[in-house]
Amino acid sequence: MAINLKIENKAVVEKIAKLEEHLHLQALKGFFAEVADMTMFTLRFFKEALKPRYEFKELIKQAYLIGYKSFPLIAITGLIMGLVLTIQSRPTLAEFGAESWLPAMVAVSIVREIGPVITALIFAGKVGSGIGAELASMKVTEQIDAMEVSGINPFKYLVVTRIAAATFMLPVLVIASDAISMYGAYIGVNLKGDVTFHLFFLEVFDKLSFSDVFPALIKTVFFGFAVGLIGCFKGYNADKGTEGVGKSANAAVVYGSLMVFVIDMIAVQVTSLFS
Amino acid sequence: METVVEIEHLKKSFGTKEVLKDISLKIEKGENLVVLGKSGSGKSVLIKCLIGLLEPDEGKVVLLDKNVAELNAEDLNALRKKVGFLFQSAALYDSMTVRENLEFPLRDLKKKDQGEIDTLVLETLKSVGLEDAIDKMPSELSGGMRKRVGLARTLILKPEIILYDEPTTGLDPITSKEISQLILDVQKKYNAASIIITHDIECARITANRMIVIKEGECTAEGTFKELSESKDEWVNSFFK
Repeated sequence: MAINLKIENKAVVEKIAKLEEHLHLQALKGFFAEVADMTMFTLRFFKEALKPRYEFKELIKQAYLIGYKSFPLIAITGLIMGLVLTIQSRPTLAEFGAESWLPAMVAVSIVREIGPVITALIFAGKVGSGIGAELASMKVTEQIDAMEVSGINPFKYLVVTRIAAATFMLPVLVIASDAISMYGAYIGVNLKGDVTFHLFFLEVFDKLSFSDVFPALIKTVFFGFAVGLIGCFKGYNADKGTEGVGKSANAAVVYGSLMVFVIDMIAVQVTSLFS
Repeated sequence: METVVEIEHLKKSFGTKEVLKDISLKIEKGENLVVLGKSGSGKSVLIKCLIGLLEPDEGKVVLLDKNVAELNAEDLNALRKKVGFLFQSAALYDSMTVRENLEFPLRDLKKKDQGEIDTLVLETLKSVGLEDAIDKMPSELSGGMRKRVGLARTLILKPEIILYDEPTTGLDPITSKEISQLILDVQKKYNAASIIITHDIECARITANRMIVIKEGECTAEGTFKELSESKDEWVNSFFK
């Protein structure tokens, strides 16, 4: 009896191990299939973007929806970001008697890193999820098919315009966010001090150089492209059903945010190579 | 008679599931063909293969003398402008008004100015009895109105072939009858050939010139409404009870 149980247990353990191996293999296959699909989707974007007809009217509409409509959220977070960073940094600098460095330090932090990354993350949350959910619901309700059977290229009309608008608008939003953050920092400095507006910005621009601003702006172009691309990819390839809409919106935010960090890491490495 | 749709030995599978096993049929200009079958029997897959939304595994689809599989993207788009498709859900663009929904398929017709487009939109909406809804959003329309607007959007390009995917599903009997009558009016007015996918027997009775019945991906019966309603095949006959 005991021997039989042992043999049965061994068989079950072997089966579980095989199942586990199978699941790992499936997950790996799924990952590579997704990467391949994403690559094809990106290549198709460039192919369709370069080919006429150009959807300028829809591009401007999307730039308005993606850029202008995101501005209030970006502005509020930008202001808070500048204010909080200044308040948090002051005690540490005060310990070393370096409070006068506060405007310059905050400015460099915001322009180089915090401004672009935080703005891109908020952008991924708002715009990435919006694009993912919108395209997924269009897919589920057969609106994309309806476009296709009308002889209109839905990829060009829906995908190319949204990715292009996200790519163009994020750098603009980051510039606006950085500027508002500076104003937040100015308020933060003046909570426990007395620095004039003129002196504060003189300090800021004295320490900021071209090598701080330009690479930071370049990476925001890639951030915007990644957020738009992932939102469109997840939405355009949504599974059928309302569950697919939620999944697409969620995946657009998660992978969009992750890609922001990945691109940021690469950008830092590339920038340090040239500096 | 001129043949506008020709399907030969069409096969389509999803994974291991064979949805269409061997479908062959022909449709003449101005003819209404009703495709009857249980849910999941492959009716919608059939018309999606016709218009190139799904790629058949085997077989040939010829629309208006053009082999769909051999067309490049540009030619396929040109062909699609001659083929209307009314989706089960009407598939109206949510972010556009009824007017914009109807204008959308016309955007590639460069010769038309805005005045001509406005007239065409109004005329087409009149033909489905919905000219008052021109500036409404799809969310403000009832199910029957959405179907009518969907049909108007299909008709605006004056298609030579119209594919109806369950046009009366989800509608009350009175609205269903109105939509069925509208399909008949469209046939008379535009002389378009139509494939009507349905399991609504009243819709089939009103609209069909000829009917086929699909069972497990194969065409099991063909004939007029009267012939099929008197069929001795129990399965076919069960649709008419």
